[in-house]
This record gives sequence, C-alpha cells and structure tokens, in this order.
Amino acid sequence: MMNDMTKIKHHLTEPLLMGYAAGTLPEAFNLVVATHISMCDDCRAALAEYEAVGGEVMMDTAPVDVAEDALAATLALIDSGKFADKPAPRRTKDSVFPGPLQDYVTGDIDSLKWRKVGGGVSQLVLKTSKDASVRLLRIPAGTAVPDHGHRGTELTLVLQGAFTDEEDRFGAGDVEVANEDLNHTPVAEEGMDCICLAATDAPLRFNGLVPRIAQRFIGI
Amino acid sequence: TEQTTKRMAWVVQVYAVRDNQDRAAFAELFGYFAPRVKSFLMKSGASPDLAEECTQEVMATLWNKAHMFDPTKASVSTWIFTIARNRKIDILRKQRRPEPEDLPWGPEAEPDQADAIGLQQETEQLGQALATLPEEQRKLIERAYFGELTHSQIAAETGLPLGTIKSRIRLALDRLRHAMK
Ligand SMILES: [Zn+2]
Ligand SMILES: [Zn+2]
Repeated sequence: MMNDMTKIKHHLTEPLLMGYAAGTLPEAFNLVVATHISMCDDCRAALAEYEAVGGEVMMDTAPVDVAEDALAATLALIDSGKFADKPAPRRTKDSVFPGPLQDYVTGDIDSLKWRKVGGGVSQLVLKTSKDASVRLLRIPAGTAVPDHGHRGTELTLVLQGAFTDEEDRFGAGDVEVANEDLNHTPVAEEGMDCICLAATDAPLRFNGLVPRIAQRFIGI
Repeated sequence: TEQTTKRMAWVVQVYAVRDNQDRAAFAELFGYFAPRVKSFLMKSGASPDLAEECTQEVMATLWNKAHMFDPTKASVSTWIFTIARNRKIDILRKQRRPEPEDLPWGPEAEPDQADAIGLQQETEQLGQALATLPEEQRKLIERAYFGELTHSQIAAETGLPLGTIKSRIRLALDRLRHAMK
C-alpha cells in the first residue's frame, strides 16, 4: 500500500465521494476516484459512509412489486452460472499504476505510447465515456505545464513525483480539485518525472496565445 | 434494538447463502430487498421492465458474491445498494466502472461479531437520522443519489442557486453525522 510510504494531504471532495457512491459521476471521474481510494484509506472510509447513506436512501424508497416469477427467474439465473461479476482490480507488483488504472493502460511508464504536447510534457488519453475525459500526464522533472484556467472541474491525481502550483505542493496520492476560479501553473519537482492522472469535464483554458493554438491539436 | 436484530438477521441470511446455498434464506432476502432495489432503479431512470431485469441480476450477484460480504465493513442494505449502484452504471449508463483495489486480507478469517453488531447499529442510526431530516433536505439527498437530476438541474428546478443546493446537501450530511454521535 502506498499509505505507508507517503502522507496524503489533499483528498477527494465530498461531492466527488458522494457522486461516486451514488454512481452519478462520469467514467473519467470515477477512474480518478477509484484510483485515489486505492491509495488512500481515509477516503475509502469516507466513501463507505456515503455508500451507507445510499443504502438507507434505497431502503427508504416505497417498495415496487417485482414480477410474480421474479424469485424463480433469479434462481434460474443463478443456476445458469452465466452471471458472474468481475473481481476487484489488483495492482501488479511495483507498478506505478494502481489496480483500477491497470484496466485502462497496459504496460508501465516507459512502454506506453506517450504523445508530446509541447514544453516537454507528454500525455496519453485514456478511453472513457464522452461526458468527461481523462489522461495520463508525464511532466519532466523541473518542467511547467502552461498557465491555464478551467471551464469545468479538473481533477489531478499524482501517481509519481510531485508538482507545485499557486495552491500548494502535491505529492504521490494527492489530488488537486480545480474549478473555474483557479488559474494555475503546475511545475514538476526536480528529481523525478511527475506522472499524473488528470480528468476534466470541460476543456481547459490556456492563457498564452501559443498554447491556445496548441489546444486545438492536443484536444484538452 | 429490534431494528438491529433485523439487520443481524439479514447478515445471518447472507451467511446461510454463502455457506449452505440456502434458498429459503435467499428468498427472505429477496422478498425484502428486491422491491426496494427495483424502486431505486426506477427512480434512477430505468423503465419498469429494465428495472425488473436489473433487480434479478442484482439479487443473483448477491448470491454469487456472498463470500465477499463483510458485516464489519457494511450493513447488508449498504452492500446491496452498492451492487445495485454498480448494475445501474453497467446497464443504465452503459459505462465501464472503475473500482478501487480491495484491501489486502487481514489475518482474521471470520469477522468479529461485536464489530459486526456495532456497524449494523450505526447504519440503523444513520437510517433513522435520515428519516428525521427536514423534508426538503432529505429530498435533496435522495435526488442526488437517484441521479435523477444533477445538482445544476435541481438548481434550475427549485430556483435555488447551485451554491445553495450544495450547501444544503452539505448541511443535511453534517446533520446526519451529528445525529449519529
Ligand atoms: Zn484521500
Ligand atoms: Zn489545471
């Protein structure tokens, strides 16, 4: 577990935990939440509370009649043996990518098909539903991501290394939740490339002219 | 209390399914939970037919995953809710569903009975606290869980600004926590 090695300082927000518990977040956000929880016991416990609230909300709904043969049909479904849920994901030993992320990427940092997005930064867009997008970012040690604002919500989870922006320092396991009001220039710390998982539900807004042109090509 | 006894009875029924493939115990769980799962799915936007099919799959998953159930981590109601929530994402929203890694198994093979009872009691208190929230706050929480409306849609419908909706949901959750202490 990551928790032994690092102290996580920046956690998921309550709306994110509640949205994950309720099953109402875009897939891209669910991936960031599930990945952070794989690294953070505090948020795992908080999620359990939100799920308990969900259970009681469900218990409180007016029951609806099920089909007359529902129980028999369910037992038949069980007997058919064709109905099995997939097991929870696991992390390959020593991988930087926690279990949920390993369902989306095959290989490790150096074997991935990174695409350069300028300024030394590379990315790998992961395939999810279209309501939001998520990518891995690789920011070389000491490098800055261009100054930008946000149209919606941006979640940035650090998997390796660390970055610092106008808000604070974010190390492995930390998640930064940026909204419309935040304009920032994340800079990767010296020593190690910073690998982040970043999800957005709206395009970022770059402030310099050149990055704005680049935006059309890189699609963020 | 009587309610906690009821919750512990569900735990025993899940164990009976796990250990003996006990169909009578399963029928008891089915009779209580299936109509509520179906209701939750319909409120989440499923048609009655889809909700019916989905409910049967949720209950079949309960059977198949009975060995995964841990009453020191979740009440049966919470656990079934998460199965229904997952099925909702699979079927209604047609998305892949990233899940956290499981915690590594501890040394204890069988969960501690006192811990299990404690957790069932807490969940019972939570349910009661939810029921006694002011109507408006309870409705907001319900709607957030049904996902029938996003926060911004609730805002448009109630005429309340988004910040107010968020802070009211927050207030309701704070009240829940307080009521449980
Ligand atoms: Zn956390
Ligand atoms: Zn940003």
